[in-house]
Amino acid sequence: MDAEIIARWQFGITTVYHFFFVPITIGLSMLVAVMQTIWVRQGDEQFLRLTKFFGKLFLINFAMGVVTGIVQEFQFGMNWSEYSRFVGDVFGAPLALEALIAFFLESTFIGLWIFGWDKLPKKLHLATIYLASIGTLLSSVFILAANSWMQNPVGATYRNGRAELTSFGALLTNPVFLTALPHVLLASYMTAGGLVAGVCTLHLTRMSKEQAAGNVVRNGHTLTADEVAGDLRTYRWGAKFGAWVLLVASVFTIASGDLQGKVMTQVQPMKMAAAEALYTTEQPASFSIFTIGTLDGSRELFSIRIPHVLSFLATGNINGQVKGINQIEQSYAANGFTQDNGAQTDLQKTYAGVLKNEPVKLTPNIPVAYWTFRIMMGLGFLGMIIALWILVALRGGRTPRPTRLWRWANIALPFLPLFAISFGWVFTEMGRQPWIVAGVLPTYTAVSPSVGAFQAGLTMVLFTLLYGVLAVVEFGLIIKYHKAGLPDVTEALVSDDEDAPLSFAY
Amino acid sequence: MLTVLQASPSALQIVWFLLVAVLWIGYFFLEGFDYGVAMLIPVLGRDDERRRRVIINTIGPTWDGNEVWLLTAGGATFAAFPGWYATMFSGLYLPLFLVLVGLILRGVSFEYRAKRDDLRWKRMFDTTAAVGSLLPALVLGIGFANFVKGLRTGPDLLLAQGFWSLFNPFALVGGLLFVSLFLTHGAVFIALKTRGEIHDESRAFALKSAVVTVVLMVVFALYQNLAYPASDNPWFNGSAVTWITSLLAVVAVGAAWWFTRADRDGWAFLATGLAVLLLVVDIFVKMYGTLGFLPTDPAHPLDIMTASSSPLTLKLMTIAAAVFVPIVLAYQAWSYWVFRKRLSTANIPEGAH
Repeated sequence: MDAEIIARWQFGITTVYHFFFVPITIGLSMLVAVMQTIWVRQGDEQFLRLTKFFGKLFLINFAMGVVTGIVQEFQFGMNWSEYSRFVGDVFGAPLALEALIAFFLESTFIGLWIFGWDKLPKKLHLATIYLASIGTLLSSVFILAANSWMQNPVGATYRNGRAELTSFGALLTNPVFLTALPHVLLASYMTAGGLVAGVCTLHLTRMSKEQAAGNVVRNGHTLTADEVAGDLRTYRWGAKFGAWVLLVASVFTIASGDLQGKVMTQVQPMKMAAAEALYTTEQPASFSIFTIGTLDGSRELFSIRIPHVLSFLATGNINGQVKGINQIEQSYAANGFTQDNGAQTDLQKTYAGVLKNEPVKLTPNIPVAYWTFRIMMGLGFLGMIIALWILVALRGGRTPRPTRLWRWANIALPFLPLFAISFGWVFTEMGRQPWIVAGVLPTYTAVSPSVGAFQAGLTMVLFTLLYGVLAVVEFGLIIKYHKAGLPDVTEALVSDDEDAPLSFAY
Repeated sequence: MLTVLQASPSALQIVWFLLVAVLWIGYFFLEGFDYGVAMLIPVLGRDDERRRRVIINTIGPTWDGNEVWLLTAGGATFAAFPGWYATMFSGLYLPLFLVLVGLILRGVSFEYRAKRDDLRWKRMFDTTAAVGSLLPALVLGIGFANFVKGLRTGPDLLLAQGFWSLFNPFALVGGLLFVSLFLTHGAVFIALKTRGEIHDESRAFALKSAVVTVVLMVVFALYQNLAYPASDNPWFNGSAVTWITSLLAVVAVGAAWWFTRADRDGWAFLATGLAVLLLVVDIFVKMYGTLGFLPTDPAHPLDIMTASSSPLTLKLMTIAAAVFVPIVLAYQAWSYWVFRKRLSTANIPEGAH
């Protein structure tokens, strides 16, 4: 393998891994903030228990998000120096702003939240988790503005041998960004909702069963009837809350995803064609549920299709035209990279003269684009079905039947939106290929020339090993604290006694 | 390649060079004591779980925010000097990998050590926290000493020297100096933040490590100013400044020793912090204009002008920095005020969290 392939794999491994923790951080910080708000307003101790319980799971996850995020910030320069040099004038600013505006806010206020229970007045302490959560939202704003620019390089021109910024506002009004932001944020809330719903439903089911058997034991002692009732009420609330969050978020995830599809058809027609394995232009275009193509990816052999659906997804019109891979390739040979309507961004237009001399194989990996797109949607829909099932099973105070399928559905629930997001990102990034900046910079020209295959391979292997070990540790802790269930709590009070034990200490 | 359109850097380029320096100062000032504290867990914590927890909790609420100074320094370099970011990060590939491994290990360690009630588990994470703090301190010390010395770049603007060439005698002095200075900075920070036995023992440690740091700082100052004088810098003959700042850094570490002996914890901490600041200023004065690079082909240099972003980007970033840096400083300062109370083993609650 040469250094470029290794650099691609390294980016893929470290980024997909990092993004296991990001959606949970974004979503769960806000859900924990909501739980704590209810506690502060109503004074019901059960909500403090819920806050502490999910707060702990959140923090175990948060630590991993932080440390794997540092790698992200460094690896543009480490593995992709010529990308960084070419785009830094445009792409660097959102990254710097993310650190300055989002990371400081998030990390400082998380520290205040974790350790501040007995240091800050109740409402101020509550504000810290909101500020931390807002930090995570701001972080996604900047990073998605940066990524959307790679999909559709607006607000820049080719000057002084590189991409130079002409309008920062254009980065923030990029249609790719405006549709990707709600899609990613809402999918993150789906994940957090799925986590809360899955965890609470598992506890509720197990505890109801134990209650029926007449003996509920936790951490070695038998619970009183009052304690059992309190736990059951709390888990039931959490299960419904999580399921509702997932369902409501999924409606907006689907709506924003639909808009994204139309924007993508316009600015990256090849990505849409690849996602649909559409080799020749169709009007109206049918949506394929299952397609097998030839190994070289130039022709379709077999497919199952629904008429008109792709036309509608791609253009909003049931009889709209969707361009095929072969036609887009012909158009590229004649006119260079263009959007669906023949337009180009300023950077694409001004760089076209240089790009003409670069050999580019225009198609992304079609099976990957096709299947990741479908797996993303399939996992998301499956998550919605399970959330709906939870709401139906718990309606009117009903107790769920502890079947094996029920149990596995609830175990799977947090992972369905989470993995849907992973597949979505793999689609977004691999579907953009062969470009690192769509229609401008081919990925192979962007890699660090001074980093050899040995160095890149060594760090990739070591990162993978380290990440593997950390995954085991992290997952072990999540399971441990999940199983421990709702903790016993005492409200922390601000104290002047200098020997008073800290409410929280590492 | 960028064409050089002007003979001297613009005001914006100078401002951003200074801002990058400020971010590194913030990072080394704050994470410097974090690294020192974590390296001292096994030393001052001995085998006593309560003592270890006191030490870790002196930085518990704030270390994560401190680390963001590094990310911001990296991000600001990317935005303001993409050429610098590209060449530095790809050229120092393996050293930066070691920094990353260190940061991953220590970040996870603080959060996870208390999550299991098992002494072997805790000891393991104390070790990774200490090693994970030693690595970035050592590697960045070696790295910045190399920037003082000057790293060769080729006509392709990429680094033109290999990994092993980074381990020259001056760089090793730099690496040891960073580790020793941060240990001292960390020890006086623990003294400032604790009461009782740990307070007394961290003072005793600081008295010893300050002496070592003074010696290393003297060696570094003389070595730098004699072997790699700032008068060689075509952009700015700052040799007077580097002599003064590096020798003042020696004085500052000496003052930290004196204040520690006089039991003035706050002043001792300000003195080690001042030493960190003076050292970074000294390094960046030497790097002014060249960014620490020596072009092998003078027609294709990587420097403050060729590496920089366009005026528009620099202007936008300047506005953002002018608005947000004061806000960040204000709430970070507030978080230190919230956790201002000194800790002792009496404050450590029973059981794991």
